Amino acid sequence: MTVFWILLTGSLVASCCGILGAFLVLRKMAMIGDAISHSVMPGIVIAFLLSGSRDSMLMLFAAMICGLLAVFLIQTFQQSGIQSDASIGVVFTALFALGVLLVSLFARQVHLDQDAILYGEIAYVHWNVWEVNGVDLGPKAVWLLGVTLVVIVAVIGLFYKQFKLCAFDPALAAACGIPVALFHYLLMGLVSMATVSSFESVGAILVVGLLIIPAATAYLLTDRLGRMIVLSALMGIASTFLGYGAAVVLDASIAGCIVCAAGLLFILAFLFSPSHGYIAKKLRMRKLIETQ
Amino acid sequence: MELKQRSIEAKAPLTIQGLSAAYQKKPVLRNVSFSVEEGELVGVIGPNGAGKSTMMKAALGLIPRLSGEVLVYGKPYKQQRKLVGYVPQRESVDWDFPTNALDVVTMGRYGHLGWFGRPGAKERAIALESLAKVGMADFAGRQISQLSGGQQQRVFLARALAQDASLYFMDEPFAGVDAATEKAIITLLQELKRQGKTVIVVHHDLATVQEYFDSVLLLNVELQAYGPTDEVFTQELLQQTYGGRLAFLDRSRNHSDMLATKG
Repeated sequence: MTVFWILLTGSLVASCCGILGAFLVLRKMAMIGDAISHSVMPGIVIAFLLSGSRDSMLMLFAAMICGLLAVFLIQTFQQSGIQSDASIGVVFTALFALGVLLVSLFARQVHLDQDAILYGEIAYVHWNVWEVNGVDLGPKAVWLLGVTLVVIVAVIGLFYKQFKLCAFDPALAAACGIPVALFHYLLMGLVSMATVSSFESVGAILVVGLLIIPAATAYLLTDRLGRMIVLSALMGIASTFLGYGAAVVLDASIAGCIVCAAGLLFILAFLFSPSHGYIAKKLRMRKLIETQ
Repeated sequence: MELKQRSIEAKAPLTIQGLSAAYQKKPVLRNVSFSVEEGELVGVIGPNGAGKSTMMKAALGLIPRLSGEVLVYGKPYKQQRKLVGYVPQRESVDWDFPTNALDVVTMGRYGHLGWFGRPGAKERAIALESLAKVGMADFAGRQISQLSGGQQQRVFLARALAQDASLYFMDEPFAGVDAATEKAIITLLQELKRQGKTVIVVHHDLATVQEYFDSVLLLNVELQAYGPTDEVFTQELLQQTYGGRLAFLDRSRNHSDMLATKG
């Protein structure tokens, strides 16, 4: 049963991250995903201090506020003339450091392990179960991630055309009367939510890997946005299974193995993708030269 | 007399009053006012950095205005969005985006679908028809990164057609296109004009201005001149607009001999 819960948790993280990651990659905002995942730290710690528990709605809410605050600060700095990569770097490191500071200050009051925040503890998800009247309903992480996935699928599904147009041509989207800024912050809010729901399982650093790597892999394998989103989630799930298997064999960090597996799949797609792969491109080049 | 003037303005596809805009505190467009008549092809001409694209973007609310009012058929632009079509510069989007030509053209219908509507068979039919009008029907299923620059421009025009607007803004549709595309675009502009639609085009090639446009708007941060092409497209006004950065091959005083220097 432990294996089942670990794989289910990992697959849910991969699906949440994969769907959103596709939009981040297409909007060239991969580093914003990184920034958000680190910036939610102070929110998590503050919510933990206030509620004293790790699985409150408060924590989700506080972390989302922090994520959106980070996005807002980054944009404000960029618009007032600071280089875009510098403003990302300033905002997320400062907010993350604030989180680290809070953890170290209140370490005695809170059972919040820095290692757990950074690297996750997916191996222990099945210990923290949700019980109602003595009935075991399964790990809390699975419920949290399940709800997050439903929200993500519902929002993206409902406003698919808006998200797509905002990603491809924000100018036309604005001219059509689509509130571009609203959908931007909606996407960022979803990314914050996915990050917080995932951090307990895979940690704040490795969640970035699952946001970006499977989406970048899917980008190399298809020419349609819809397929890219599905493939991105599938790549993440495949990484979860491969990574878990490797972790068992090697007796290594599960989250670490999962992201390594995602990296491996990316390399394979980069080399062997029939349309965008390195080898296919070289072969096409050679053919072109031969026919001339 | 005043009443007559007003009724003309109320009918005008586009009336811009005192429009100013700035990028990073530097004004790039100052107090521009004009009114366009229905069924005209208007060329917007001016040197680089004159604020031609900025004027379009400010009119469409894509960048904040410092001041000014934009009326479309007598009402504020925000109430009339569906009547306005926009063709941005080709470089403004990522052509490696995972989508095909038909899908991009279908995006032109999104404004008509409301918040929750989904593109269906009707939108697909309109998009295919629009692609056919720009001679791109055979490329409907083609991934957009595999189209040539001219073909990509035609896909953008087809998308504007699918918007089924009455007033069009086109930002340099002729920039860097092949001869076939240039011909396709101009045929399309004539067709739109025949249907009584109004098209405002940012244009760079001075040699073709007289051939393509009914009216010309000369812009260099401020409005320099606006009116029928044969009245406004004169050496004197062009020199004023380009601030002497224009080289003339002035033998026969034939305007088509004019060349703009890069400046």
